[in-house]
Order: sequence, then structure tokens, then C-alpha cells
Amino acid sequence: MKAKLVLIGNGMAGGKLLEEIVATCADLYDITVFGNEPYGNYNRIMLSPLLAGDKTLDDIMINHRQWYTDHDIQLHAGKEKAIVKIDRARQQVIAADGSITPYHRLVIATGSQPFILPVEGAHLEGVISFRDIADVEKMITTAQSHRRAIVIGGGLLGLEAAMGLTTRGMQVTVVHNHDIPLNRQLDAQAGMLLKHELASRGLSFKLNASTHKIIGDEQGRVTAIQFDDGSKIETDLIVMAVGIRPNIELAKSSGVYCEKGIIVNDTLQTYDPRIYALGECIEHRGDTFGLVAPLYDQAKVLVNHLSEHGIARYQTLPTATKLKVTGIHLFSMGKFLESQHCETLIFQDDAQNIYKKLVIENETLVGVVLYGDTKEGAFYSELIDQHTNIKHIRPYLMFGRGLCDEMSITLGSPSPDASSSDTSTLDAASSIPHRTRPPIEQRSITVEKPKVVDCPKTLTVTGSA
Amino acid sequence: MPTELKHTTCAYCGVGCGIEATVNSTTRKVHIKGDGQHPANLGRLCSKGTALGDTLELEGRLLNPKINGQTADWDDALDTVAKGFSDIIEEHGPDAVAFYLSGQLLTEDYYVANKLMKGFIGSANIDTNSRLCMSSSVVGHKRAFGTDTVPGCYEDFEHSDLIVLVGSNTAWCHPVLFQRIKLHKEQNPNVKVVVIDPRKTATCEIADLHLPIQLGADVALFNGLLQYLDKNEYIDTQYVQAHCEGFDQARACANEAFHNLYELSNVCGLDIDDVNTFYQWFAETEKTVTLYSQGVNQSSSGTDKVNAIINCHLATGRIGRLGMGPFSMTGQPNAMGGREVGGLANTLAAHMDFEEDNIDRLNRFWNTDRVPPKAGLTAVDLFDAIDEGKIKAVWIMATNPVVSMPNANKVKSALEKCPLVVVSDCIAHTDTTRLATVALPATGWSEKDGTVTNSERRISRQRALLIPAGNARHDWWIISQVAQRMGFKSAFNYQTPAEIFKEHALLSGFENTTISQSKNSICPNQYRRRDFDISGLAHLTSQEYEHLQPIQWPVTEQSPNGTQRFFAAGEFYTASRKARFIAVQYKTPAHRISTDYPYKLNSGRIRDQWHTMTRTSLAPQLNQHIRAPYLEMHPDDAHVQSLKAGQIIRIESTWGKMLAKLSITPDTQKGHLFAPMHWTDELSRNGRVGPVINPAVDPISFQPESKHTPVKIEKFHGQWEALILTREKITVQDAEYQVYTKGDAHWQLQLSDEHSIDAPLLKLKEWLNIADTEDASTQSPQEVSYLHFEDRTQGVARIAGVNSNGTLNSIGFFQNTQQATHYQLPEVSWLSQQFKKDHLDDRSRAAILSGFAPIGEDMGAIICACFGVGEKSICKAIKEQSLTDTAGIGKTLKAGTNCGSCLPELKSLLAESAC
Repeated sequence: MKAKLVLIGNGMAGGKLLEEIVATCADLYDITVFGNEPYGNYNRIMLSPLLAGDKTLDDIMINHRQWYTDHDIQLHAGKEKAIVKIDRARQQVIAADGSITPYHRLVIATGSQPFILPVEGAHLEGVISFRDIADVEKMITTAQSHRRAIVIGGGLLGLEAAMGLTTRGMQVTVVHNHDIPLNRQLDAQAGMLLKHELASRGLSFKLNASTHKIIGDEQGRVTAIQFDDGSKIETDLIVMAVGIRPNIELAKSSGVYCEKGIIVNDTLQTYDPRIYALGECIEHRGDTFGLVAPLYDQAKVLVNHLSEHGIARYQTLPTATKLKVTGIHLFSMGKFLESQHCETLIFQDDAQNIYKKLVIENETLVGVVLYGDTKEGAFYSELIDQHTNIKHIRPYLMFGRGLCDEMSITLGSPSPDASSSDTSTLDAASSIPHRTRPPIEQRSITVEKPKVVDCPKTLTVTGSA
Repeated sequence: MPTELKHTTCAYCGVGCGIEATVNSTTRKVHIKGDGQHPANLGRLCSKGTALGDTLELEGRLLNPKINGQTADWDDALDTVAKGFSDIIEEHGPDAVAFYLSGQLLTEDYYVANKLMKGFIGSANIDTNSRLCMSSSVVGHKRAFGTDTVPGCYEDFEHSDLIVLVGSNTAWCHPVLFQRIKLHKEQNPNVKVVVIDPRKTATCEIADLHLPIQLGADVALFNGLLQYLDKNEYIDTQYVQAHCEGFDQARACANEAFHNLYELSNVCGLDIDDVNTFYQWFAETEKTVTLYSQGVNQSSSGTDKVNAIINCHLATGRIGRLGMGPFSMTGQPNAMGGREVGGLANTLAAHMDFEEDNIDRLNRFWNTDRVPPKAGLTAVDLFDAIDEGKIKAVWIMATNPVVSMPNANKVKSALEKCPLVVVSDCIAHTDTTRLATVALPATGWSEKDGTVTNSERRISRQRALLIPAGNARHDWWIISQVAQRMGFKSAFNYQTPAEIFKEHALLSGFENTTISQSKNSICPNQYRRRDFDISGLAHLTSQEYEHLQPIQWPVTEQSPNGTQRFFAAGEFYTASRKARFIAVQYKTPAHRISTDYPYKLNSGRIRDQWHTMTRTSLAPQLNQHIRAPYLEMHPDDAHVQSLKAGQIIRIESTWGKMLAKLSITPDTQKGHLFAPMHWTDELSRNGRVGPVINPAVDPISFQPESKHTPVKIEKFHGQWEALILTREKITVQDAEYQVYTKGDAHWQLQLSDEHSIDAPLLKLKEWLNIADTEDASTQSPQEVSYLHFEDRTQGVARIAGVNSNGTLNSIGFFQNTQQATHYQLPEVSWLSQQFKKDHLDDRSRAAILSGFAPIGEDMGAIICACFGVGEKSICKAIKEQSLTDTAGIGKTLKAGTNCGSCLPELKSLLAESAC
């Protein structure tokens, strides 16, 4: 008889885990999946293009319900199937409709929740977050009947929402508590370039602003936002994109040990040995997560254990970020702000709106900001991950992989050009080194901004200060 | 189109190649090719000659007279010069003024200048840059032959069995003659070539034997040869007895010098077997030509070296016959013409010297009474006299002595002090025109009209291809105008160069036809008093002058078609009609090396530049061969001094210093150094070799010893280096080391200095005259847009400017040499090509600050951001590997296998390629 594996959460992390299991150890388990949303598995990263109208719902679907059926996976999708309790003593989970499902192994992938500013009026009608397909639908509907929108939060998600709404015809102001947008990903120079670019596309900014309260009308619908400096802006819609919090209510209430998130060890096991957790709901060595790359890495480590190989360990590495707004290319990774011991290489082409910064410490690349030209992002990402000594290629580094290779200088091992390996057929068991993150060709690199909200605590580019 | 075919003569070296020019007079474009009919080159041309068409641009030309830097009209300028000279002559006498001319002038210009100075001003203070290259040969010839006669011709090389090249990098300095020699050797494998040169030059390519002689030891080597010929009975006693005198003294002197070959080889720094081989080849080969050039002439014993060589040819009777003879190879296109008119301080005119009957003859011919009784000041003394205030007015024509003279800084300061400096030149800004009180715009090579004489005595027409640019005038016209305004109206009333040439030809034949033979002669005969006689050309019509074909002088009634050779049957121009052997002794160079100045500095030409580069540097293709002043040094010396190739070196003598980039090569001997002569203050800072070179001169010819100066070297502690390419030439103050190079549609500037620069990007902007606007949005679209790269901790800054029309404006690379350990300044080739594009494409723009061309194929717009995979790469993979689904693309390129955001794009690319 197969062991029963229950997965709570059908988002990016859960979905990836299922794909990994299907690829490696499907014969070991009877799998049951519980998801809050009434869909198969979709690419949450693509909500922004969906909002902007660049993509359709079908475009962003990863696995339809049929996929689950095809692989003998039981999918329970929808609010009524939300798990409300984990009975750890009896090794079973209880859903909102009262149904009980037993497990031998349980995986919690409940993700995160948007952070809602604790201000007056935060719960008025027309104040929403940007987390799922339902939020997107709300925004699209509002854009059809209303003109003005405010997005609180000038992070990746906030800017994508703002540009999406602009594309949908709304006049949008981004409210941000810093003097440049995307300050977690960009330095001042790149931030200014981005601000100019977005402004030229019709976006307004209210920077260095702190929200005092949200004002509504008699019907309980939002009408304006007021700031600490007393100023007000009238609006028909407010999207809060100020960060995320790990969704740990279920785990906590079931007695699984949590701090900021569900505490896991390097094998992604919680304090209950039968229960694993991954994704934005966890806390690993003090880090929480908000980007897709670590989630995918976690899925690979976890499947290594679920498939009873038991050797992989998860380690957090710097992750790259990218803004998904058509025509805007930016890439950020690692420690991109100057510190005392770092050295920087700068490239700037004002007329072409190109700015690049590479940050070097101890002859290795530790951070990168690319604005306007992100072609070499993957190259820098490899160098950062592999701690490649760049002493000899330093003069060519800014100009990309081609020149560095051409100058016949060994880029350290393994060769970044090793393209023989193939992600889809990855043998997770044998190829994941136990200490480091998988080599570049096996893991996610340039990570699209995940479906998370810009919360200072969690949406750090992982690994940075 | 108004194109026209014209035949003329090359502007550069003494080979005097014929040129066939296709001229478009409206566009001033000239297409150059070798003249297949011209006997000097038979269709060949070297790199410099071929590029003549690219030196004709008007940029940089002096197009109007200038008085104290202010544009003036011709009347004012000519009056200023005439009055200035007249006043000084009146107050201080005729010897208070001087002319300094050039082997670049045409014979007609030269004639008028010589006539004005010697015939009417009444001084012999007229010298020329030929002093720096030819005067030892002139004196050597005169001592041996009684006249300044080159006995042979180019054809002799092609009939010889042994060619000895002494002190001549023929391959670089006289390339067309070298090609003729090379071809002859290829067709006749038995022909041997011996190269005698301290350096292993490009000429050694064809050498069967290279004798890397010690600097200045040629007299010893040829004395040794004379001794060898004597001891081994190779003397042509019949010729010597019949046609020569002084042999015994010369032999005795040669025999006394060294007791054996071993001793001699030691002095020469040569392998004894090599010396022996050379002597044996020379002794046994009847048809031997010995070509010598500046390595012989530019020496404090230059004249003796010339005579040591001539002695050996006289002793073997190998002179003036087919395939043999000593052959002085001259440096300039018309050094010979200058010698013919007498444009040197120690010659009078038309190969006459300062003898009473000659002075009388010339006074009568010119209808004057002012011909001076004695020689004037030669170049070094002339500038010294300016420095001392004895000469108060000097007129410099077509040359750049601030660069080319030895101890050149003294020349510069002398001219700075001189009350009246008149400079005639075709180029506006030279190191010398800068110091001019009056600058007169002369016509350039493509506009001048007259004759030149090459090294084999061949007179060729140089014809005007284009009308004079701007207000430029011919030199003969300028001189005649000044002469007329000085009161010598009728003597200088020339209207055409043909008139001048005819007068020159008349003078050459004036009282030159017959003299009765001496009493011992068996059959009394007619002979010329002077070798130079072109009386056969004295009655040319203007038409005939215009169509004059290349012809070798003498041209007389007896030899109307010219004369190839002299002296096969003696008939020298001495009083006794016999050639004179000169007893010469080996002397070391004037200034010896010491512990303070331990290296011997040699100097010379490079392949693709001419003299002070005022014209050749205008042709970008000529600037690619060697882009900066360099110093050649032997690897052992470099090792001892811990020097690396390419680093900047300071070279210092007692007289001055310069900076050059080190080139390490075993081709230069240990203890020797070599630096090119060409670079100027216009094209460099501290790149002139002139200030370093000692002012020692040959005691008879007064030719400077440019090939041997004791120097010391030290590292230039450059704190930074920079390379800047700009469309327009820029000026930079902060760098002690500066070298300019003209490229195609741009200028290159190399910089370095011993003082550090803290904010290099700001400094680059300052040099490029860029306003430092922080905010990109404030720049108006008309302005140049800039991109930059900085590695601050390594002190690296780079900047490029792009014009609003998309063309490249400028590129600058700066790096701190102490910090930027792995950075290198880029090669210029790809960068310089970018200036030729009408539009700098995006890929080149992105790559330009790397200094390298974009690498690899254009991958197209990025589709998969995670793995950096572009549209073009994907389409190529789909096509070449017949991919049908996204999984296939993922397997091949990894695209779409991470976040999956690009899967829709991949699908549409698949769909597009399917249909």
C-alpha cells in the first residue's frame, strides 16, 4: 500500500512540488491536494501581465485540473475545501466542510497573505490587495467604471499593479515611503531612471509618503487617502501592496512551531517530523521568502526527502528580481548597495536609459543592478551563486559573458556553459549537492517577481542585508 | 567629370618616383599611381607615395599670410618681410640675415632664393636641411672627384653582382629602390647583398650578410677593406695610376690603422669571419655597388666615411661603369636640385665654389657685384648665430628645424629670440610656424610647378595637379616679390618657373664648355670645367619645359639625351683631372658614452612617415604602422633595467630629453638605442628626438652627428594612462606624455603623466569639453549624448559621446596604472572604424566602452529572462533542430524552464516558424 501524502496549498510552491514528485517518486504516494482557489495550478507571477492584458487566464495556467486527474492526484479546490485543522495526533486534516483526510506525510504550503496597513479605513470597499485571480478580476472591473486609483507600495508588485491599472485606463498614483520606487531592488540612480520611465508612461508618484488614513463615503466605499503631512488625494480604488506575511494560522493553531513563519530545518521538516513545509509560509534560518526561485529550490530539496533519498539540504542563496512591466528591463540581485568593503563597476548610457552596477567584494561578484539592459543577468547570477573569482575578468565583466569567454579566461568551475543538463529530467536524488544550491543549470535563476507583496521584512532580495 | 591625367614626381624621398595622377579639379580629389614610364620607379610606389592623394585636404593648410599671428594680405606681408630684411641689412650688414631652406623646395625656388641671398643681399648665410642629410656626401664627393658628382645610376644595381648597403635602411627609407634590388636578387640568385648597419633593420630581409657594426666605425671597416684589397692584390693599378692621385698616402693610412683583422673586427664590434667574408666578396666581385645613406652621412666623421668608401671603389677602378660604383642615396626629393643651384652655405652656385674666378663669373652672369667672397654659416652654426643675436632675421622655407635640428630646444629658443622670423610653409601649424613673425602660405606638392633632381641626377618635372589653395603662392614667386620690394627689380622679374629653369640651365653652361687640356695629354680635348651642365636645356620653349621628360644631367650639346655615368675614363674635376684618394683615419664619435650617459642613441626614419610628419600624418593609413615615438632597446639591457615593452621611458642627454614607448628587440645591439626622428610638438609632447641629439658636427661638412648621442634612460613613472579618440583634435594640458595620431575621420591621443588624477571621469569630461550635467533629462536632444563606465577603486573611467545624428563623437579610456592591474587600454583598430559609420548601431554602442567589437551573434530581444535567451537564438534553434514544442526549446536552450513566464512567447515563436 502506498503512503498517503497530503499537500495543503496549491500555489507556486505546492504546484512545483507536485511536478517534482510526478517526475521522481509518484509511485510512492497517494496524493491529495487542498487548494483555496477554484483552479488547477496557475502561475501567480503572471498576474501582472494578466492585469495588464498582456496575457489571458489560459496563458498563465500551468496545470489544469485534468493534469491532476491524469496523474492520479486528488485535488480539492475551493473555499469549502480549505483545511481548518491539522489533527497531528491522529495524522489527519479536517476541511471546512468537515471532511477528514488522513496522512502519513503532510506538506504545508499555505503561502502568504498580503499585509494590510493598520490604518483607519483599511477595510473599506475599494481597498484591495493584489494576490490572486479574484483580486485581478476586481481591479479590472473597477477600471471599467472608475477613473482614479492609488497603489500603496512602490515595490515590484505595487508598480506592476499600478502599470496594469494604467494600461486599463486609470489615472494611478503610487504612494511609497521612500524617495525612489523599488528601493529594495534598485539604488538611487536606477530608481530615478525607473521613476522617469514610469512617469513618462502616465504614472504619478507620491514619494516619502506615509498613509494616515483612508477616507470613505456613506456607502462605505473609498473616496480618498490622507497622509501624515495632511495632504489628501481623491481616489476610487486603493491597492495595498506593502508586503506579505507568511500564512501560518493553520500551522500555529495546530501546534506546529512557528515564529515569523513555520520553522523548518535544512530538510524542510517542521518540529513535527511527519510534517514538512515550504514556500512563503516557512522560516528557514531566520529567512522568510517572497520570490519564486527559493520556492522551486525548496521543492527540489523536499522531493529529495520524500523520495527517500534523504541527502539534500536547503540553503538560501541570493536571488534575482525583475519587474514585469512591458518594455521595462530591470534586474537586481545580491548586495547591490555600496558598503564599506565593496567595489563597484558602473555603466551608464543616459540617452538609452541604461544603467548597470556590479558590486564586488573580495574579488567575487556579490550584487548587481541592471536597468534598461538585462541581457547579462543570467551570467551575473551564476557568478554570484558560484562565488567565481572575477579578478581576471574584471575589465570585461561589465560587457558580458561573450567578452569574458572570448578573453580566454577561465571562469572558475563549473563552466557556466554546461548546457547539457536538463531541468525537466533532473534526477533530484543524485544531482543535488548536499551543501550548496544546485548548480546553475539545474535551478531557477532570474526569478520573476513572485506573487507577493512588498513587505520590508520579507521581500528582501534573499540573502541581502 | 573634369578629370585629367597628369604626370609628376613624388614629394618624398630621394628615389624620385614618377607619378601618374588622375585629378578631379572640382573635388580636389587626386588618385595616385606609379608612372610606368618613369625610369626611377617603372610604375612602383611605396606606402607614402601611394597615400599622397590623402594628404591634399585643406584642413590644416596655411591659406593666408600672417603677421604676428594675424591674417594679413600679401602686400603687407611681403612689404613687412622686405622692409624687415632691408632694415636689418642696412644697420647690421648682409651677414645679419639668413635663409634656411629645404630639400623639399623645387629647383626653381631654390635658384631664386640662392640668387637673392648670394647675388643681391650679398651674404652666403643660406643653408638647408640638406645639411642634415647630405652634406657629408657633398664634401666627400668634392674631395674625391673635385665636384659633387654621383657617378652612377639606379640601373647599376640591376647589373651588379654585389650590393653593399651601408647605413641605409633602404627597405623603409627608399622602398622603391629596395624593391628593384630585391627583384634583381630574386631573378639572379647569385647576387649578394651585404647590409652594414648597427641595427638589424627590415632591409636585412634580403641580406646574405649583415654586419652589425658599432655606431660610427665605418671608416675602420672600409680602411680595413682597402688594406685587404691592397694586401691581396686586388688593386686596379692601371686605373689608379692613370686617373687617381694620393693612393699611397691613403694606403699607408689604412695599413697603419690596424695590424690585423682581429683588432679591426674588435673595433667594429664584428665577427672576424663576417668581416673576412665581406672583404672577400667585395674583392672578388667586379660588379659591386656600394650604396650609402644617412648612417654614413650623419656623423662627426661623415665625410671621412664617404671617402673611405670611395677610396675602395677608386682602388678597384669600379666607378662609372655598368653595375658598379659608390652611390650616395639622398633623403629628400630635391636635395640634389638644391646642391645643383648651390643652395648650401659652402657652395656658390651651379656646382661652383668660393673661388675668385667663380665669384667673378657669377657676378657677371647675375649682373651684380655683391657675390660674397666666402662661405656662410652652416645649419648648426647658423642657428647658434641666431641664438647669439648675430643673425637678426631668418627666412625658413618648407622645413621644420625646431623638430629636425639637433639640440632642437636651442633652435627653438634661438627663434624665439630672433627679431624677424619668416616662415614659408604649406601647413599652418608646425613647431616652426608657431614661432614665425611672418608666416607665408606656400603652395604644396600638388600645386607646385617646377623640377626636382633625384639621387641618380635625374631631373623630373613636378607638375601642378591643382590650383593653389586659398592665397597660397609658389615659393619662387614669394621670394621674387620680396626681392623686388628690396629693390632688385629687374633681376627677379620672373613670370614662370620655365624662365627660372632656363636661367639656371644657362648658368650651368656659362663659361663651362671648353678649356684646353693639360700639357701631358696626348690628344688635346675639350672638357667641362664643372660636372653640372644642363646647357642642353637652356633653350627650352615653355611648351618643351612643360613636357620635359625625366633626364639625367649633364645634358649638353654633346649629350642631348643626358648622361648615365661619370668617371669610367677618369676625367675628374680636380685641377689635375685626377681623382683624389683621401687618407682617412677612424675617429670615435664626438661625444663618448660615460657612466652618466651609458647608452648610444641612434635615430632615423620609420617606414610610413616622412620627416616631421606634417604631411604624411594627414593620411590615416600611414599612421597605422607605428603610432607613437618609440625607443628600441636590446632585451638584455631591458632586463638589467627591469623594463617592460610598451612602458614609457624618459631619454635624456646633456642637451635635452624626450619620452618614448619602449620596444624591446634583439635587432638593436646591447648598449645601443634607437628612436625615430619624426615626432613633433604638434603631434606629441616630449616626443621630439631633436632636443636629445648632440650638436656635434663633421668638421668639414658641418653635418650633425644625429646617429650617435650618449644618453641615459629612466622609467617614466606614469600614474595613469589614457587613450582618447575624437572627431576633432583636442588639446590637453595635464599630461607630460602626449602623442597625437590622425585616423580616418578622427584623432587619437595617447596620454600619461607622473602626477595622479583623482576624479578621472570628471577629467575625461573636462578634456572632451563636456558640461557635467547630473540630470540626463536636462540635456537637449541636439547635444551629444554620453555613456560612461567606471571602476572607481581601480581608477578606471571610460566615456563615449554619440552625436544626435547617431555618429560617434568621441571615446576616452582612462586608467590608473598603479591600480588598474588587469585593465588595458584598447587596440584602436575597431574603435577607429566606428568613426566611419553613419550610425553607431546599438550593439556597437553597448560594446564600445569595452574597447572590443561585440562578441558572437546578435541573440535578439531577450525572451527568456531567467536564462538570458534571445529571440534570434530561439528561432535559430527551432529551425535548425526542427523543434516543435516548448519542452524541446527548454531542452535545447533552457528557455522557459524556470519561471515559465515566457512560455506564451515561445509558443507563438513555434507557431510563427511552423507556418
